[in-house]
Amino acid sequence: MKMENVCILLTYPVPEYLVQELEKRFRVFKFRDVASNPQLIGEISSSIRAIVGTSAWGADARLIDELPKLEIVASYSVGFDKIDLVKCKERGITVTNTPDVLSDDVADFAIGLALATVRRICVCDRFVRGGKWKEGEFELTTKFSGKSVGIVGLGRIGSAIAKRAEAFGCTISYHSRSEKPESYYKYYPNIIDLAANCNILFVACALSKGTKHIVNRKVIDALGPKGIIVNIGRGALIDEPELVSALLEGRLAGAGLDVFEHEPKVPEELLGLENVVLQPHVASDTVETSIAMSDLVIKNLEAHFQNKPVLTPVL
Amino acid sequence: MVEDHLPQVLVLRPPKSFTFFETQFSKKFHFLKAWESQLPTTDFLATHAASVKAILCNSSTPITADILHHLPSLKLIVTTSVGLDHINLPECRGRSISVANAGQVFSEDCADLAVGLLIDVLRKISAADRFVRAGLWPISGDYPLGSKLGGKRVGIVGLGSIGLEVAKRLEAFGCIISYNSRREKANVSYRFYSNVCELGANSDALIICCALNDETHHMINKEVMKALGKEGVIVNIGRGAVIDEKELVQCLVEGEIGGAGLDVFENEPDLPKELFTLDNVVLSPHLAVFTSESFSDLFDLVTGNLEAFFSNKPLLSPLLDE
Repeated sequence: MKMENVCILLTYPVPEYLVQELEKRFRVFKFRDVASNPQLIGEISSSIRAIVGTSAWGADARLIDELPKLEIVASYSVGFDKIDLVKCKERGITVTNTPDVLSDDVADFAIGLALATVRRICVCDRFVRGGKWKEGEFELTTKFSGKSVGIVGLGRIGSAIAKRAEAFGCTISYHSRSEKPESYYKYYPNIIDLAANCNILFVACALSKGTKHIVNRKVIDALGPKGIIVNIGRGALIDEPELVSALLEGRLAGAGLDVFEHEPKVPEELLGLENVVLQPHVASDTVETSIAMSDLVIKNLEAHFQNKPVLTPVL
Repeated sequence: MVEDHLPQVLVLRPPKSFTFFETQFSKKFHFLKAWESQLPTTDFLATHAASVKAILCNSSTPITADILHHLPSLKLIVTTSVGLDHINLPECRGRSISVANAGQVFSEDCADLAVGLLIDVLRKISAADRFVRAGLWPISGDYPLGSKLGGKRVGIVGLGSIGLEVAKRLEAFGCIISYNSRREKANVSYRFYSNVCELGANSDALIICCALNDETHHMINKEVMKALGKEGVIVNIGRGAVIDEKELVQCLVEGEIGGAGLDVFENEPDLPKELFTLDNVVLSPHLAVFTSESFSDLFDLVTGNLEAFFSNKPLLSPLLDE
């Protein structure tokens, strides 16, 4: 069904496939083009009925206020921390995200990040490329298999991480808002106890008011100087300055980080460290999953504009 | 001297683990350290090693027929490697010299590295880490998309204890496992291909976990790589010479295969320099087994094998003649 007069605002660049699919069906305005043209903003703001956001930029209260006809925010992400849900609820705006389709990729990536951090794969690659192998051997690292794994947030992604880590003989425990009765992993109601009882801590929960800086100094201290943190959730789940100083001072053995508090800024001190692996927020970025996420965004929008129930509502 | 009462073990060149644990080792055995002598090896052996019964070596110390001829009393070779391609096995068999290797001590670490390399190549982890460290994220924006691991058909070349550990791990990621081995394995649910080219044609990634011998030398050749195809990935944690390295480099440079994760090379530590410029390649300096936990387990195993030998008990990790 063609909804070619429906105006959609793209708040942040998305993959070309999604842009093309959106343009086949709707009138698409890209924020970057619009923002520099005040006249255009004025013209279209009363026509915009949908926003497609991402993990980088969703829809804050200010933007929502400027769009009186906004009906739906369809996010190209599973996280929705950049969307003002309170405002959306007030205005009766539907919010959708892209859960499930990316869980496997994110979990694969989390394990890959952990292996890269523990076994120093990126450092080894630099060592070889830099011609250092001819001068001497690389140092020993620690073993990954059999390590105790702690997962913060045993949702779809956390569970997928657990399943993979088990295949490496890792023992799994977790911290969540509430215990999951169907899970046989050990539950810690207190995140500090989780950290004290694991060696590799995966941060896989959603970012909300209640989880901001959930990994703080106390948790880092409990994890200890042999501990590794892998963050594929949101940067603000970890107190970043505390993380940086722990890594610099050797109070933490290493970290694999796909997300940061102020992306795309990465704390400069980390850029020179060998015990970290730094990634530009790509845990779900595969060709296959990008298409699946895009298709889900399209399906949610189509359902909404056909007055059918959306597939993956947050609100 | 106390060490005169200790059993004598010859070491031509010190394995890394020997250097690591020398103090502990020296409490149990008297080591004859050939590398510390000014004499050429064979002269040293002729002078000092006539009664030596056991030798400790690693994979970079060839135990050739010539060396064996200079060790008339030799009855045991303990290698700290899993691989045996550096040992003249027919000569050993002929003289009933036992060989003990690292057994299964390294299987998990090797498998972990194989999986780590595969994920790194598919998901561009090392390349993206370079990108971030170069300060390019704020400038260039989004990084190119990688390739999903789940659902990929993974062909394991050599389903020994390392290959099995790789398979077990990748199954949890939703990979579909098949393999090529000298013989089909009973009690294994993975699909067997008797021909490695056929395995390549039916795989999205090949993980090389097999031993190096006459049959496997350059087994992964241009034909296999073409069968694997332009999106295909090769991971090698076995021995460099299982792959025709020149062909591999050419295929990578020309885009005939999609990428490679390599821990081993034909002429370590000399690598084809073309590899250093490729973004779809992850390089590792033959360290699949280099974790402190494995070294500790290896120390226990080597000590256990030597002690068993000197007290006429069965070896812990003997090479079983197949």
